[in-house]
Amino acid sequence: MTGPTSAVVNRVDWQPGTDLLHGTCHCGARHTADEPVAMWAWLLAHPDGHPSEAPSD
Amino acid sequence: MATAFARNQWYVAAYGSEIGRELLGRTILGEPIVLYRTEADGRVVALADRCVHRRYPLSASRLDGDRIVCGYHGFTYDTAGACVSVPGQQRIPRTARVAAYPAVELDSFVWVWIGDPATADEKLIPRAPHLADPDLVTVRGMEPIDGDYGLLVDNLMDLSHETYLHGGYIGTPEVAETPITTEVDEDAGIVRVSRHMTDAECPPFYARSTGIEGRITRLQDIEYVAPCLYLLHSRIMPAGQDAPVFRTEITYAITPSAPGKVYDFWAVSRDFATDDDEVTAFLRDFNHQVVMQDVDALNLLQRALDSEPAGYQELSINIDTGGLAARRILAKLAAG
Repeated sequence: MTGPTSAVVNRVDWQPGTDLLHGTCHCGARHTADEPVAMWAWLLAHPDGHPSEAPSD
Repeated sequence: MATAFARNQWYVAAYGSEIGRELLGRTILGEPIVLYRTEADGRVVALADRCVHRRYPLSASRLDGDRIVCGYHGFTYDTAGACVSVPGQQRIPRTARVAAYPAVELDSFVWVWIGDPATADEKLIPRAPHLADPDLVTVRGMEPIDGDYGLLVDNLMDLSHETYLHGGYIGTPEVAETPITTEVDEDAGIVRVSRHMTDAECPPFYARSTGIEGRITRLQDIEYVAPCLYLLHSRIMPAGQDAPVFRTEITYAITPSAPGKVYDFWAVSRDFATDDDEVTAFLRDFNHQVVMQDVDALNLLQRALDSEPAGYQELSINIDTGGLAARRILAKLAAG
C-alpha cells in the first residue's frame, strides 16, 4: 500500500468457479450480479440503491 | 470516446536521470513544458515551452547558466519563468513571463503539477519508493503511444490480456482463467485488482530471470493511484512452497500528453539476482518487447477507434471490473 486509505471502500469478488460477481458496499450491504456494469451501478447507488439489502454481519 | 484530462494533479514528466543541462521538451495534458536541471543547486526547473515573443519552443533553445535564451530572438528567462532580457532594448514588457510549473523529484521520477500552482501539494504525490531502493535493481524506459491515455489504463487494469497479447513472454493460460478481486477506495482514488494463481505455468519472463523450472504460485496485486501511477506488486514462488519469494515491482506512470497521445513510463524492479548483469539485461530487453507489444496494439486500437462512427458500443465482462472502476475514478477527477 502506497497511497492514503479512506473508509469508503467498495469491493467486488469474482466467485471462483462461477461467472458471478459478489459486491460489498462500504456500508456492508451485499449484492450479486453477473456482469460488472450492473455491479458498479448497484454499489454506486448507495445509499439510495440498496436500502432493502440487509447489512452483512 | 476520449478520456477527459484530470487537471490539478501531479504527473510524471520524466525520469530524474533524463534531466540535465540539455533542455528537454515534453507535452503534458496538452501543455508544452521545457525541463532542465540548474547549475546552481541541481534542482529541476519546469517552464512553459513557448517564448512569449513568437511562441518559439524554448526546448529548442539554449541555456546560459540557469537561464534559457530563446533560440529565435534571444528573449531570456530565469528559473521562475520571468523574462530578464530582451534584444535591443532596456525595457522588458511587464507581461514577458512564461509559466513555471511546480516540479518535484521523488522516487526517481520528476513530478509536475498541472493545474493551479497555488494548490500544488507535494504530500499528494503518490509514492513508488521501490524505484529508489538500493536493495532492488530496476530497469526502465519510456514509450510514447499514439492512443488515448484511457486505453493504457484499460490495458493495465485488466491483465488477462497477458495471455493473448503477451503469450510466450509474460502471459500463460492461468492469467486469463483466474478470477480477480477488485477494491475501490473512493476517497483516495485508488483501484486495487488482485489475481492470485496458486498453480500456474511459469512464463519465460520469470523462468529465465528466477531460474524456476516448474510451476509457480503467481500473485498479481495492482494498485492504481489515479490518474498517473500504476503499481503491480508481483510475487512468484515455486508452486506449493512459501519460499523462496521472488519479488518484482512493475511500475507504470501514465502521463497523458495530448488528446490521443500518452507517455508510457515503465519500470521493473526486482529483489533477486540483483548482481547478475545478464538477468538485468534480459529483463530490460524482454520487458521492452512486452511494452512494445502493448504500444503496437494500442496504436492499432486507437486508429481503429478513430474510424468508428460516434457513439460506438463496447461490451464489458467480469475481467473489466477494475478497468471500469478506473474509468469512473478518472471521470470524477476530471470533473473536479
